[in-house]
Amino acid sequence: MNRFVPLLIVVFLVVLFAAMMGGDRNPQELKSVLIGKEAPAFDLESVIEGQEGLSNTALATGDPIIVNFFASWCVPCRAEHENLMKLAETYKVPVYGIAYKDKVTASRAFLEELGNPYVQTGADLSGIVGIDFGVTGVPETFVIDGDGVIRYRHWGPVIGTAVEDKILPELEKAR
Amino acid sequence: MIRSLISFVLLVFVVAAPALSVAVDEEKLPDPAREQLARDLMKEVRCLVCQNQSIEDSNADLAKDLRVIIREQIGAGKSPDEVKAFLVARYGDWVLLKPPLRAGTIFLWGSPALFLIIVAVMLIMRSRQGSAQKGVSDLTAEEQERLKALLEKDETK
Repeated sequence: MNRFVPLLIVVFLVVLFAAMMGGDRNPQELKSVLIGKEAPAFDLESVIEGQEGLSNTALATGDPIIVNFFASWCVPCRAEHENLMKLAETYKVPVYGIAYKDKVTASRAFLEELGNPYVQTGADLSGIVGIDFGVTGVPETFVIDGDGVIRYRHWGPVIGTAVEDKILPELEKAR
Repeated sequence: MIRSLISFVLLVFVVAAPALSVAVDEEKLPDPAREQLARDLMKEVRCLVCQNQSIEDSNADLAKDLRVIIREQIGAGKSPDEVKAFLVARYGDWVLLKPPLRAGTIFLWGSPALFLIIVAVMLIMRSRQGSAQKGVSDLTAEEQERLKALLEKDETK
């Protein structure tokens, strides 16, 4: 019996490591502590001239919505943009954009070039709203329910089939 | 020779100087005691971009922003614990390089002691097993005879 103990330990460790490394787990990703909490208070100017700005009170719409942090200088944001357009146009999900530490003119040019998926935008020039949301780097995408409570945080770009695999099911759960 | 050595050392310092200047680049607090509090706190806060550095010695943008916030809040008279609570509310315990002792982190803090206990128990069990085996012979009577004969033969040499 005793001679199997080392073998059992090795098998246990192999299973443990495989479980920890498997799937799409990213060890750098931090769990958001804001899940289940109301979205932090903010009030920002729009990046689009003449459009109304964005504040936290506008997020509690009675239906689940998406808040996406982006920046024109952020390369992965470019990569996920197509998916945000799809969310807004194909799936008719209201997407709100917060430009994180970006020049307003640069964000505007970014949206003119790639299309604007956002219902409303806010310019977080200092990055303080990002910090209040616990953002560690753009892009990050939040699912917020009808009461304005954060239900899910997608860390990193929403690329590939992440819309169908992650975002849409989370929106459904938040309903 | 000495001259080139001196210039080499000087060169090293010149090249390394930017590394020493991190966290000093921003405006310091006017009150040196408060500044010290802020600096000590920065050493305890993890940079969330580079993750294994404190924000005190990180060049990341977010680290810079957090340093500004820490100076702002400490300068406004908040205690380091209040500032820590502000950061933990946004980023979780992970933002602190030294995680606090609470129900969720008991295993983390207790695991070294736990492993020591496991090793101690294993060692004790092993030594007991060892002493229990002493004096027990697995040899049959026939083998005992042969062994005895061999030993005696050896002695007579």
